[in-house]
Amino acid sequence: MLELIVISTLNGILFGMLLFLLSSGLTVIFSMMGVLNFAHASFYMLGAFFGYQLSRWIGFWPALVIAPLLVGMIGMAVERYGLRNTHKHGHVAELLLTFGLAFAIEEIVAMIWGRSPMDYRVPAALDFPAFSVFSTNYPAYKIFMLAVSALVFVVLLIVLKRTRVGLVVQAALTHPTMVAHLGHNVGRVFMLVFGVGSALAGLAGVIAGPSLVTQSDMAALLGPILFVVIVFGGLGSLPGAFIASLIIGLVQTFAVALNGSLASMFGPLDPGMGPSVLTDIWNVTIAQIAPILPYLLLVLVLIVRPMGLMGTRET
Amino acid sequence: MNKLIIAVAAMLPMLGSPVWAQDTVKIGYIDPLSGGGASVGEGGLKTFQYLADELNAKGGILGQKVEIVPLDNKVNPQESLVQAQKAIDAGIHYITQGNGSSVAAALEDFVTKHNTRNPGKEVLYFNYAAVDPALTNEKCSYWHFRWDAGSDVKMEALTNYMKNTPSIKKVYLINQDYSFGQSVRTDARKMLAAKRPDIQIVGDELHPLLKVTDFSPYIAKIKASGADSVVTGNWGQDIALLLKAAADAGLKVNWYTYYAGGAGGPTAIKQANLDHQVFQITEGIPNAGFKPAIDFEKDFRAKVNMSLWYPRAVNEMRMFKAAAEKAKSVDPVKVAAALEDMKFEVLDGGEGFMRKDDHQFFQPIYISSFGSLKADEPFDEEKTGWGWHMVAKVDTAQTIVPTTCKMKRP
Repeated sequence: MLELIVISTLNGILFGMLLFLLSSGLTVIFSMMGVLNFAHASFYMLGAFFGYQLSRWIGFWPALVIAPLLVGMIGMAVERYGLRNTHKHGHVAELLLTFGLAFAIEEIVAMIWGRSPMDYRVPAALDFPAFSVFSTNYPAYKIFMLAVSALVFVVLLIVLKRTRVGLVVQAALTHPTMVAHLGHNVGRVFMLVFGVGSALAGLAGVIAGPSLVTQSDMAALLGPILFVVIVFGGLGSLPGAFIASLIIGLVQTFAVALNGSLASMFGPLDPGMGPSVLTDIWNVTIAQIAPILPYLLLVLVLIVRPMGLMGTRET
Repeated sequence: MNKLIIAVAAMLPMLGSPVWAQDTVKIGYIDPLSGGGASVGEGGLKTFQYLADELNAKGGILGQKVEIVPLDNKVNPQESLVQAQKAIDAGIHYITQGNGSSVAAALEDFVTKHNTRNPGKEVLYFNYAAVDPALTNEKCSYWHFRWDAGSDVKMEALTNYMKNTPSIKKVYLINQDYSFGQSVRTDARKMLAAKRPDIQIVGDELHPLLKVTDFSPYIAKIKASGADSVVTGNWGQDIALLLKAAADAGLKVNWYTYYAGGAGGPTAIKQANLDHQVFQITEGIPNAGFKPAIDFEKDFRAKVNMSLWYPRAVNEMRMFKAAAEKAKSVDPVKVAAALEDMKFEVLDGGEGFMRKDDHQFFQPIYISSFGSLKADEPFDEEKTGWGWHMVAKVDTAQTIVPTTCKMKRP
């Protein structure tokens, strides 16, 4: 039992930190620009594919730097030539733009790389078990992922809260004209913010690609849960997203570990009742519903605390 | 909004299709070409296109060209019916599908109803991979033919092998949560209990189909259970990611699988260094040493750039041709009649037959393990240097299971 608890905690933290790495960019973009970027998971996918391709050509470590930069540049182009034009038509237009972009990116990726999973391997330097707990190995690569996520969290927090750049960025959101009058180029600030947010997604892609699966539907697989993370944590709150990622990671891994069902708590139903919807519900285990638990949490949070864990405004 | 997207997405593949010609036999290939099953669906499509080319190079079927029409169903039963209707509207009389027994059940029902309501416009459904036993038992249909061994047939063969492996003491079952995965788990429980009552089932897991990105929590559970063997019917990314997570965690168990050979599986096994610890049950393996199959595999790999996952698809297409020639027609009604009780020499050698009672094809079945190759085994998988090694061959006669099908004949 202790073994399962320790290992589930570790797995939960590892998965949670990956979620955070992914959602950090999304939440930065939202908190700074008020744009809910539906294409965020697609930038993550682009990061993974660029990372895969570049690591084939020039190795993993250069790819780790170049791929997020490339994705960041694409993000900036999207902001400059897409979002900026639709901005005056309001948030719905922006949402639709990013929504369409997500489909376009998926199809383009499928056209270039096909739909089969890529053979994107963990770099040799990190391909060894870092430590083992109860004879379960933890690969060095996963620890590396954890370290990068933690680093991103700290750096982002410092930049946004403690530097002049962060001040300008935050001011530009609420008082764009004032900031512009003070001599800052608000348009460029927004473009940079969107670029940084996209680059973070790209970074998550490069790092997650070898550990999860790199294929053209990876965006669709992780996209929905990102929105759960940022709504649960409070839209636009970086610490909120951090806590929410960890909670969701832990909830999901622990739920999988549990075999309890209504039947095991209260005993089986009378067999005379025959199979029905009720017997299905009665016999379903917590492990089986694990993947929907985050969405259940999302609904609960929206009912009980609509601004999310650490959010300041209603979603 | 959503409806619009679906409508547009559904129309896109049609744009690429050539003008329908009368002198072609068109086969609607309804399988996932996007989403989590796409890697598998694309492999299948390439296989069928290769097989169509093979037939066409030898004059097609009764002089008619064979053409595969790809239709994307996203492993979704509703979407599959839309695609099947589209195929029928385009004048297609043969559809083939394999991924997802839930899809297969919907299609089987759809085709049966369509044929009852539209005499003279019958459609045949060739199933090359959906292995839920229900499809040839309680849900059986005259218009459905299955070339893959049913899940019960495979489990029968697999448990016969496990029966004689005394090192197996604790078994963990992990399967996808839908009709096929559930049939694997119930068959495994039933047959293991009958053949090896001393084996303990230490875990019985169902997880969502093609939705899990990280299997490490499941691996932790398997490890905690103390299992020495895992039985799984997982396919597509669900087997590749499962084995990958096992590799990462350093879990050392024997894996008894239906589909470890699918995309990504061999790579994961090699990474995990599970030398001859992953077993697979199939109707053919590249390294069985049967000359015509070896030649086929060589040419297939050279042209399609993948290994042959579906020897049954070869049997399906070749047998379709044979049946049409026997019936001297490509009329689906006549082809269906010709297929019944038809005997056929399968790709990997040995004779199979299409049982009249339930339209299930019976054929020799192989159990193989994945690992380092011996000198006389030429084929590796996914450039790993490892390949499939035959551990047991089950002859056609030993694979026959009873059916409860009460076939309604037209």
